Amino acid sequence: MSVETDDNSKFRDYAHPARLVSTDWLAGQLAAGNADGNSDLVVVESDEDVLLYDTGHIPGAVKVDWHLDLNDPVRRDYVNGERFAQVLGQRGIGRDTTVVVYGDKSNWWAAYALWVFTLFGHPDVRLLDGGRAKWVAEGREITRAVPTRTAVDYPVVERHDASIRAFKDEVLARIGQPLVDVRSPGEFSGELLHMPDYPQEGALRGGHIPGARSVPWARAAAEDGTFKSRSDLEAIYLTEQGLAPSDDVVAYCRIGERSSHTWFVLTHLLGFDTVRNYDGSWTEWGNAVGVPIEVGA
Amino acid sequence: MTESNVTVTVPLPEALEEIAQDFTALSARDRLTLLLDFSDGLPELPERYAGHEELLERVDECQTPLFLVVEVDGLQDNAPSQGARVRLFFQAPPESPTTRGFAGILHEGLDGLTVGEVLAVPDDAPYRFGLGEAVSPLRLRGMVAMLGRIKRQVRAKSVTRAG
Repeated sequence: MSVETDDNSKFRDYAHPARLVSTDWLAGQLAAGNADGNSDLVVVESDEDVLLYDTGHIPGAVKVDWHLDLNDPVRRDYVNGERFAQVLGQRGIGRDTTVVVYGDKSNWWAAYALWVFTLFGHPDVRLLDGGRAKWVAEGREITRAVPTRTAVDYPVVERHDASIRAFKDEVLARIGQPLVDVRSPGEFSGELLHMPDYPQEGALRGGHIPGARSVPWARAAAEDGTFKSRSDLEAIYLTEQGLAPSDDVVAYCRIGERSSHTWFVLTHLLGFDTVRNYDGSWTEWGNAVGVPIEVGA
Repeated sequence: MTESNVTVTVPLPEALEEIAQDFTALSARDRLTLLLDFSDGLPELPERYAGHEELLERVDECQTPLFLVVEVDGLQDNAPSQGARVRLFFQAPPESPTTRGFAGILHEGLDGLTVGEVLAVPDDAPYRFGLGEAVSPLRLRGMVAMLGRIKRQVRAKSVTRAG
């Protein structure tokens, strides 16, 4: 890791403390000029709303949009290595650059971006604990000025899905093994086909994958959007849900964004060895012909 | 299907057409900037609606719910309602600039038109701003839903008294 890690005492308890930075740490890096120009540190904003960055962002931050930059425009899949190299290189991000991602909605889309960066094995990518909301709530500087970063060559790296991404047939074949459904209780039971307050995203059937445990993603977040302490997280995922760090776990939601948040918690905060995000999630499973579905809480 | 292919027969009202031309003349990046201007420029709710979300219709198809209400001015009993004027009011939080931007376009393009003009707006109008490539087609569904609900409210509020 090319840029020093945040030695925050809260993070020390987590399995991979280097994957998180605090707003204090980031403000200090900005003040020291460490995220300017051609520096080793690039701050990336990844939001649900494609224009939110443009209304004001952390000084020096660049925007990565989950839909326009990370999803393939034609097939339902992520971009390939060429396109990923283009997206990052244009933003002045090289393979050795330390990337700090933050975003709205308690870092849903930031965690999603971090997970996609991980598909390409980007070595040093971290989340800003508390995300955009915490930065703004603390009255820290935001700007509409879009930074000009010199483009660099990002290598074309093949995407490696196998270790952190699960596909429908794999999920089908492993029913009975630990599966975490991170959607709202109403979506889990099948009463709702989509998130409360959100658009219908086209699932024909409601319910959950048989045997899934319902652990809504937000249980991992504190009021201010930061992650709960390691002991609080262990109380939920280990004690209450009976998961073990050696388990082979798959997490899913509706399109894979909320489950990226849970993937981050299980992988980097609790140190689980094998966690995969099933990004097809309910918009695939709830439309698939002949797959088993369980309804009710 | 590209966006230009759906621009077939039904024309847009003049103000909306001008906005569409402004957008399509720009690069995708500059379209976002213009959309942000519309978001910034969306008028506040007037006092009679502020804090009264129950008086507004909620548009769930937007990423973040937007509230809107339509008023029809100048309706007269037993007279054709087609010439009455439509007023539009929207509410969406600053954290949802895309949704606000869509509302801003519809406000600038439709507010003050007659009932007949608003009802004649083609349902594919949201696809004529070149925004699909700027914000992704998925996100445009919110604008389609707003237009649909505006027209439904206009229809409901203009037929009752004109009988």
